[in-house]
Amino acid sequence: MRPSAARLLNILVPVKRAVDYAVKIRVNPQQTGIDTNVKHSMNPFDEIAVEEAVRLRERLKDQIKSIKAVTIGPPKSIDTLRTALAMGADSAIHVEMPESAPAPEPLAVAKALRAIIEKQEGGVDLVILGKQAIDDDLGLTGQMLAGLLNWPQATFASKVDIDVAKKEATVVREIDGGGEEIRCHLPLIITTDLRLNEPRYASLPNIMKAKKKPIEKLSASDLGVDLSPILETLKVSEPPKRVGGGKVESVDELIAKLKDAGITAV
Amino acid sequence: MASNSTRLRALALYKELHRLGREYPDPAYDFHGRIRRLYEKNKDLTDKDEIEKALKLGEYIKKETLALYSLRKYRHLKRMYPDSLTDPIP
Repeated sequence: MRPSAARLLNILVPVKRAVDYAVKIRVNPQQTGIDTNVKHSMNPFDEIAVEEAVRLRERLKDQIKSIKAVTIGPPKSIDTLRTALAMGADSAIHVEMPESAPAPEPLAVAKALRAIIEKQEGGVDLVILGKQAIDDDLGLTGQMLAGLLNWPQATFASKVDIDVAKKEATVVREIDGGGEEIRCHLPLIITTDLRLNEPRYASLPNIMKAKKKPIEKLSASDLGVDLSPILETLKVSEPPKRVGGGKVESVDELIAKLKDAGITAV
Repeated sequence: MASNSTRLRALALYKELHRLGREYPDPAYDFHGRIRRLYEKNKDLTDKDEIEKALKLGEYIKKETLALYSLRKYRHLKRMYPDSLTDPIP
């Protein structure tokens, strides 16, 4: 007789449609933000998150019950979900926002994710997010979500091991000066560091297969969350252009120039 | 073309290469044109070994292009987000 299965894990992977890594970011003419009329793709750290979820399933096999991707954004964000599905997620949720709406802030995203998690039948055991988005570099959503749910968090993860039977995870975190190994109970929030893994390429056959996977559509009102910004951006400007350095002919000239700049001997 | 199965493989490979070519970083490099010309050059092959060789070359190009993309992305990200080992605290 087969032993009764320990709790099977449900993994949620939030992903963001962010400005593509190869695009040179420019400030928009109104100086209120960046030019978003450029190529977008899945945030690279979120790709690493999806990859980690898929690898966990490859390691733990049947103990992973489901991998669900979720995104909050305009209609075009559905492409990001399709990429996640092509990489190996089972199903997806699209919290659709109108095209003209401003991008949601991390706190709003965290609140929406909390509402989604609370709606999930069977619960969520693991939420894997990218540590930050490459277009805003905020790095807040994972931590805020952990705070709202009162769950433990293992941020900047460079290695993840899960013990399903014990409902525990051992995570190595990238910190200044090296790695920190911690053990956490599930349910858990993990944010991914660059060093965690290298995401797979979504091949064309997988993309075709992903078209059949279900995508649930939700709106902010379905979740009872207000996604409008609470911060007002006053101005966005580029950093000052680097002024070129000058060459000196002799050590004496160097000392004279340093004195002129106000630097005196120690 | 010899048999239906190799025709299907060739077509699938072409579609995959075409999709890959959309993201080629150098706009001056005519990826799509080159792939098309390579395929047109080989369209009348009948010898099984030659067909196999051509398909292998196509697979090689696909893998090399993928490696180019992922290395480029990895290098960019590593520069933008250094870790504690490459950028140590003194």
